[in-house]
Amino acid sequence: MTKSKNTSILSAPSRRGLLKIGGAAVLTTPFVSRAWAQTTEINMLAWYGHGEPDVVAEFEAANNVKFVPKYYAGGDNMLALIAQSPPGTYDIILSDAEFVQQLNLAGYIEPLEAADYPFDDMLHDDFKQFPGHWADGELYSMMVRGGHLGVSYNKNSVTEEEAQSYSCFWKPELEGKVGHFDWHLPNLGMMSLYNGNGAGLWDLDDAKWDAVQETTMSLRKQVGGYFDYGGTFNGLKNGEMQAMCGIGDWITGVLEKDGAPVASTIPKEGGIQFTESYSIGIGSEKADIAKKFIQYMLSPVGQVKSAQMAAYPGFCVTKGGRAALIEADPAEAKRSHQMEGMANDPIALINQGRIHYRDIPQQQDLEDWNDFWSEYKNS
Amino acid sequence: MPARPKRKLDLFALTWRLPIIIWQLVFFVGPVVFMIAMSFFLVKNYRMTEAFEFVNWSKMLSRGYFWDSYWHTIFIAAVSTVCAMLIAFPAAFALAFRASDSTRRWAIFLLIIPFFTSYLVRTFSWFVILSESGVVNAMLSYIGLGPYTMLNTNFGTLVGYMTLTLPLVVILQTVTMANIDKTLVEAARNLGCSPLRTIWQVIIPLSKTGLIIAAIFCFILSFGDFVAPFYLGGSQQPTLPILILDTTKSGQQWPRAAVVAIMMMGTLFAIAFTGIALAYRKRKGAK
Repeated sequence: MTKSKNTSILSAPSRRGLLKIGGAAVLTTPFVSRAWAQTTEINMLAWYGHGEPDVVAEFEAANNVKFVPKYYAGGDNMLALIAQSPPGTYDIILSDAEFVQQLNLAGYIEPLEAADYPFDDMLHDDFKQFPGHWADGELYSMMVRGGHLGVSYNKNSVTEEEAQSYSCFWKPELEGKVGHFDWHLPNLGMMSLYNGNGAGLWDLDDAKWDAVQETTMSLRKQVGGYFDYGGTFNGLKNGEMQAMCGIGDWITGVLEKDGAPVASTIPKEGGIQFTESYSIGIGSEKADIAKKFIQYMLSPVGQVKSAQMAAYPGFCVTKGGRAALIEADPAEAKRSHQMEGMANDPIALINQGRIHYRDIPQQQDLEDWNDFWSEYKNS
Repeated sequence: MPARPKRKLDLFALTWRLPIIIWQLVFFVGPVVFMIAMSFFLVKNYRMTEAFEFVNWSKMLSRGYFWDSYWHTIFIAAVSTVCAMLIAFPAAFALAFRASDSTRRWAIFLLIIPFFTSYLVRTFSWFVILSESGVVNAMLSYIGLGPYTMLNTNFGTLVGYMTLTLPLVVILQTVTMANIDKTLVEAARNLGCSPLRTIWQVIIPLSKTGLIIAAIFCFILSFGDFVAPFYLGGSQQPTLPILILDTTKSGQQWPRAAVVAIMMMGTLFAIAFTGIALAYRKRKGAK
């Protein structure tokens, strides 16, 4: 029996072997680089987290695309970025629902084909005809996720019962311990709800607007700071802030999963829903793949990824997505009350009329609200 | 009266001066001119449009919150300057008059080291130290004190300002005092001056220029700093840099932010020129 000869080039490199490898490498390099070049880049404009691997990696691998995200903070910022860029810069745009109308009016987004999206699977009828998403019978944006804003608190200093009303922010023990997410819209919206404006929280006449300002000013002595996303996160985590106005589970959810004794609840005066929707940017040459991505995000797999998003969680908007979440991650489904029969099920809260969709002021300019917010911070 | 001799254009000297002139034009004069022009522009549909309107100036300067921020920023920057100057002086004095040359060189090197790391990172590290469950309060609790709220207060802002400015102020003061002619200090002591009087009547007057320049630097850095009042001060009573951010966030009002920035620059120019005039003012009778 003859000993088998080891023919591996790597184990016994010979000049001929090395030439073979080198030649093969040189000859195949153009094909490799061409394969890389074929990866399509999708320019995404979104809130932080939406273009991160935990959300898009699977889609990227399956479709040989690469997302190039540009992140913004706030609808104004988003509109400015689009306004200052030539058409076609962004293939896919994630927007807060209240800004979709402005995107459409400015001609920044393409119409969508309604039949391409799972409207029959939507968890709530409101989601099928979301305000501003349709214009003249044409669909312009597709809602993919949402979240509720209410009272966010540290369980060690605010009880669940106390958190059932925005009045807990005025609790004497919380003096200097109430933080604000530094954006006038959700904060003043909450003050408006506390004043009993209910569904008309954005539609304030002069008297109601004055009352909202007065209520907000009365909270000033309780306030310990005004924070961006990171500051809000830190303030709650290190206990500097014991309650937060203007946020919800999208921040406390991340901390809660990390073991912090914080929670968010929708008080009896009602809460505010933020809604995030995808649109296809005008002039995009990659509209087909952008459409495919929106479909993916509305599929059960995409909805689970959205609900588990590392940056900030959001609730599912499709029945298939919710069922998939309950199956894939029951702990998260339970934590975020995305199960039928749970007291704070987001859909049940909408049905009970306790949730109001975030909007822009109807009778004042955004500038008026912002001016007051600056005044409030300086008081 | 004899005619003044005509100055010949020295191309050689001009060539050597050219880079700094170009640098100033491209990176200072150009942007400032653009910023001034921008303050008259308008924003329509989140896009800046060229115009020559005074509306941004009238809007910003008529707002009470602008002036609140303005005076607050001047006040807290002034407090920061006083604190930095007072804290730095003993250290700089010791390094200039008591330490050996080698120790002084090492001390200056160590004072430069903080600048190797990002100011933002240094600021964030204060969270661990100043929070209610942080290092300072933990130590105070051993002697039955606290917890005290230090973050999201003016105190927090000042700590941030000190992080930014103190090393620089110590370096400037040290270098200034180290250059004082030591024989003058010795003469004062030999003539019966007390140590305190020597500092007050000999050392401070002799290092006046350096001390004022250190103070101006400290004021400028504190006045324009965004990080400390935002992260350690919690935006409680916003300073002008925070107001710039707020203004651009809302409706992308860059022209109004430009108004705030121009007001800041004007203030800093006024303070810096006054300071420099004081620093180089000659005493009566001095040649």
